[in-house]
Amino acid sequence: MIQKNETLLEIHDLSVSFRMYDATLEQKELQVISNLHLRVRPGEVVAVAGSSGSGKSLLASAILGILPSNASVSGHLHYKGRELNSQLQKELRASKIALVPQSVNFLDPLMRIGPQADGHKKPYPTEKRREIFASLGLDERVEKLYPFQLSGGMARRVLVSTALISEAELIVADEPTPGMSLSQALHALKMFRALADEGKAVILITHDIDLAFGFADRVAVFYAGTTVETAPAEDFCTGPEALRHPYSKALWRALPQNGFEPIEGFQPYAGSLPQGCLFAPRCPMATDKCRCEKPPVQDIRGGEVRCFYAT
Amino acid sequence: MPLEAKNLSFRYERGLPLVLENIDFKIEAGEVLALFAPSGYGKTTLAKLLAGYLRPCSGEILLNGAPLPEKGVCPVQLISQHPEKAINPRWRLKKVLEESGELREDMLSAFGIEKAWLERFPRELSGGELQRFCVARALLSGAEYLICDEISTMLDVITQAQIWSVVLSEARKRNMGIIAVTHNMHLARRIAHRVFDLEKREYI
Repeated sequence: MIQKNETLLEIHDLSVSFRMYDATLEQKELQVISNLHLRVRPGEVVAVAGSSGSGKSLLASAILGILPSNASVSGHLHYKGRELNSQLQKELRASKIALVPQSVNFLDPLMRIGPQADGHKKPYPTEKRREIFASLGLDERVEKLYPFQLSGGMARRVLVSTALISEAELIVADEPTPGMSLSQALHALKMFRALADEGKAVILITHDIDLAFGFADRVAVFYAGTTVETAPAEDFCTGPEALRHPYSKALWRALPQNGFEPIEGFQPYAGSLPQGCLFAPRCPMATDKCRCEKPPVQDIRGGEVRCFYAT
Repeated sequence: MPLEAKNLSFRYERGLPLVLENIDFKIEAGEVLALFAPSGYGKTTLAKLLAGYLRPCSGEILLNGAPLPEKGVCPVQLISQHPEKAINPRWRLKKVLEESGELREDMLSAFGIEKAWLERFPRELSGGELQRFCVARALLSGAEYLICDEISTMLDVITQAQIWSVVLSEARKRNMGIIAVTHNMHLARRIAHRVFDLEKREYI
């Protein structure tokens, strides 16, 4: 039996890199996730927000062990205290750890939606699936359709249903809500919340951060392959003054309802990361120290942050 | 140069119900119109009709009073909701951009497109990175109207704000019209002059 305060998934010092070949056919390593820490407890919804291309989906793939073959992983992943190696991943995948994939391309284009959502488990969970489809607002006729006949939002809801049908303890939902209307997105998030309240855990990777903050317990903010801040979700509801890292504050201010102000510049490319703090080139507060030294993780006001000047 | 949908109706196959029925609206050059409707209502279908990917069963689409040209680059360009499905997977990204005209340095830097990405294949980039190529490709083609079908839902909010600011400033410069399909009312209110609710057939 899992205790409330026990850790379900522990990610410690995770790095992921890809082997690539440059123009001279020289082999090189491109590190896309570096020194990442994340802890997920049963009963929790952890939202993962942050920059596009910051490695959020790769984290999902690393947890499930479905990275492409040219990727190498270092660091520690523990599931219920057991080391999550490729053998355990294979065992747990789809039964205990479920993925809601980001791309609607993950649907088999030649398979009707109903059997596809049922999966390989026998007996087929048809009854349960119909219930979940109905609660997500998917018509009964949808099960007879092929993926190309669905709208973006419908395909998304089918992907979400696959995780809800499975009896997984850990659900990794990679951007489950784009294309859904506001009420559907809220409903899908409510269902994830309900799963967590039953004692399961959800990692919710999302850009709809304004919606996610209302349902998550904690929020991890990613930037250029690592977490810059992990904070209680309430802090994000309160506003920038409650947040610790300048990037989290910038995210908050860029929301259409909060000013819609972009900051200058772009996330550094994985092949040419800055030497010091990854956010220093775009940070209004950056000093020389930030440009040469990597800030360590600090505990501030009940959150974890990588910034020398966090308050 | 107004773009008009006149009494537009569409069904995918004979015998199937109509997806869209008698849709009417008009947008002027330089205007930004946001389209709002529930999921599965037919927003993407409408976007494909307006950009000439589908033909209406009845009604017509008029650009400056004439139907869309049959040949050449369509002056109404669609940017799709799923960038990973809108890019030839076997082309390097440089070729993807060059298809619609000469590369413009300012455009690449405005979208934060790294030089190194140009030599990569689509599957090596994230969804948000690919979407910037799709937007740049549409702008490079010299379009008069852009149909933006949920183009920023897969982006983080900072990149979303950046991309919209480039698109809107380019639109002002060229007096380009934009139809933006979105579920995010906050975003719609920020970017659009008018918001049209397809279901209720009214401006809100």
